[in-house]
Amino acid sequence: MTTVALKPATMAQALTRALRDAMAADPTVHVLGEDVGTLGGVFRVTDGLAAEFGEDRCTDTPLAEAGILGTAVGMAMYGLRPVVEMQFDAFAYPAFEQLISHVARMRNRTRGRMPLPITVRVPYGGGIGGVEHHSDSSEAYYMATPGLHVVTPATVADAYGLLRAAIASDDPVVVLEPKRLYWSKDSWNPEEPQSVEPIGRAVVRRTGRSATLITYGPSVPVCLEAAEAARAEGWDLEVVDLRSLVPFDDETVCASVRRTGRAVVVHESGSFGGPGGEIAARVTERCFHHLEAPVLRVAGFDLPYPPPMLERHHLPGVDRILDAVARLQWEADN
Amino acid sequence: MTVMEQRGAYRPTPPPAWQPRTDPAPLLPDAEPYRVLGTDAAAQADPELLRRLYAQLVRGRRYNVQATALTKQGRLAVYPSSTGQEACEVAAALALQERDWLFPSYRDTLAVVARGVDPVEALTLLRGDWHTGYDPYEHRVAPLSTPLATQLPHAVGLAHAARLKGDDVVALAMVGDGGTSEGDFHEALNFAAVWQAPVVFLVQNNGFAISVPLAKQTAAPSLAHKAVGYGMPGRLVDGNDAAAVHEVLTDAVRHAREGGGPTLVEAVTYRIEAHTNADDATRYRGDAEVETWREHDPIQLLERELTARGLLDEDAKQSARDAAEVMAADLRARMNQDAVLDPMDLFAHVYAEPTPQLREQRDLLRAELEAEHADQEGTHR
Repeated sequence: MTTVALKPATMAQALTRALRDAMAADPTVHVLGEDVGTLGGVFRVTDGLAAEFGEDRCTDTPLAEAGILGTAVGMAMYGLRPVVEMQFDAFAYPAFEQLISHVARMRNRTRGRMPLPITVRVPYGGGIGGVEHHSDSSEAYYMATPGLHVVTPATVADAYGLLRAAIASDDPVVVLEPKRLYWSKDSWNPEEPQSVEPIGRAVVRRTGRSATLITYGPSVPVCLEAAEAARAEGWDLEVVDLRSLVPFDDETVCASVRRTGRAVVVHESGSFGGPGGEIAARVTERCFHHLEAPVLRVAGFDLPYPPPMLERHHLPGVDRILDAVARLQWEADN
Repeated sequence: MTVMEQRGAYRPTPPPAWQPRTDPAPLLPDAEPYRVLGTDAAAQADPELLRRLYAQLVRGRRYNVQATALTKQGRLAVYPSSTGQEACEVAAALALQERDWLFPSYRDTLAVVARGVDPVEALTLLRGDWHTGYDPYEHRVAPLSTPLATQLPHAVGLAHAARLKGDDVVALAMVGDGGTSEGDFHEALNFAAVWQAPVVFLVQNNGFAISVPLAKQTAAPSLAHKAVGYGMPGRLVDGNDAAAVHEVLTDAVRHAREGGGPTLVEAVTYRIEAHTNADDATRYRGDAEVETWREHDPIQLLERELTARGLLDEDAKQSARDAAEVMAADLRARMNQDAVLDPMDLFAHVYAEPTPQLREQRDLLRAELEAEHADQEGTHR
């Protein structure tokens, strides 16, 4: 028996591997986007794909996001499985009409006769010192659009698994890739067959008894750090990584909150009209009698995304998370 | 000393990256809309094709009249009529082979029917019982697209995919003059030209985008001229001359099939009716203008040509009218039946499998329906 040594890999490398494996396994998988060919994408996620599979399979398109997604719709109509790269979160907005009016609706519009298996990859979120339009958390827009699945990985292994699952899905899936985690490393064995998680399952990243931090994507490492720091305060925090925003895993989230009795939702997106409101409502509706305190939200401020020199004040950090945990009415226990 | 001598060795040079591009001259549209009927070109037209076009135009006009009547009777939620534009609608469908694809806009129900889709299924969207009634794969007709020009990139993507697979399939996409102002029109034409995708874009310039005339829509010499900027040929054709539209579209389809890339066709026509039954055209145009176009009616133009050449007698006209009446009677009868709807279908096709959240909401609706049913049972008892 040979043991394969686990090597550190970055999330970007795992995503590349997922694309490569999907393209090798299925000739209908086509990658298209801006700079995805010769350059390998601005984050190098499509590195080497054009060389390996040819420019017809990994295509540099004209610079037009609606055109990219719109042509992907036509390609999917003809039996292909397009994987579209939107270069940055805020550059995906021109494609919203195609996404909302066609991608999300075509299956329903045609009573299931014309499903569109399209994957839309969107690098999202802040924390990389990006100038304006390079750091948005756009998940609430996608979540509010029926017909789309929305997933976001927080680990290297999940990046691989979720992207493979997205490409394999017969429904359109928006894969939100936390760009500040692109270079995060995990020990990961790319040689072993990867288990591909079905879309829609959250995972408990850290077990704890005092309260549950419900989070996803770029905020998962922040919450894990906060949970470690909380030990000094005597709090044992559980961290749930949602992984899938649509569908939403009520079961895993509520099982955790019922155990701990307290919950804080953490995300970079603004709190007003953001995902946290929906999550807090779902938890309250389902776990009311188990709750010792209102469900709190720790989020980005309700601002246009700040300039890079100020973004650290905007992003939810360990202190803001711990401050929220402190407000979970612990005195009632005494 | 001349200026050149003063400059010595220095000579102006073009920017290093610059190179001469495609000669625009062959891409330019004709100065006037291309016509066949009433011209010498008509002698070249296949009499059988002209008779076929005639029968389809008569049927198409009857379809428009019947659908408009059904709207007034409350059987359709709305009907954007293509009365006066039947030549474009019919020619678009007839220019395609069976393996080709049609991408219609919301005013193109008639093209969808001419392609072979059941006339009742083609009206599902406008009746309001579902968003698309027909199976797009059965006749290779994409769903009627309501958001303007958004179907054009779909046509490009499909044609591109077909070419990648080695299939000689052509996509024909339909759009109106207003739609040419949309960003998706630009992006679709640009992608099509860059990819040399086998697509034909048919712009029906019917004069108005609801109430806004073409002069407020564009400053281009013609809509067909827009093709030149993308590097594809633009063709300008009389949209009420069925033989001309059919010829231009057939040529463009053949050109695309043979690997020549996309073509933009502008068919100059006129929307005789208001935008829809909900619109009041008297607020933005005069009767005199409409009358000039009634004189240029596509059915009359073809009828005159056929009659002059002895290709259409009274019997043939009557048989075209009879066939149209049979279609209209069938449409009337079937549209007058109430659609049978199952509200639970609302949840059936949002995803391949409903999400847990949708399953909960489906159960809620089911319970509401059962309670409603129980109430009705109680009332009846």
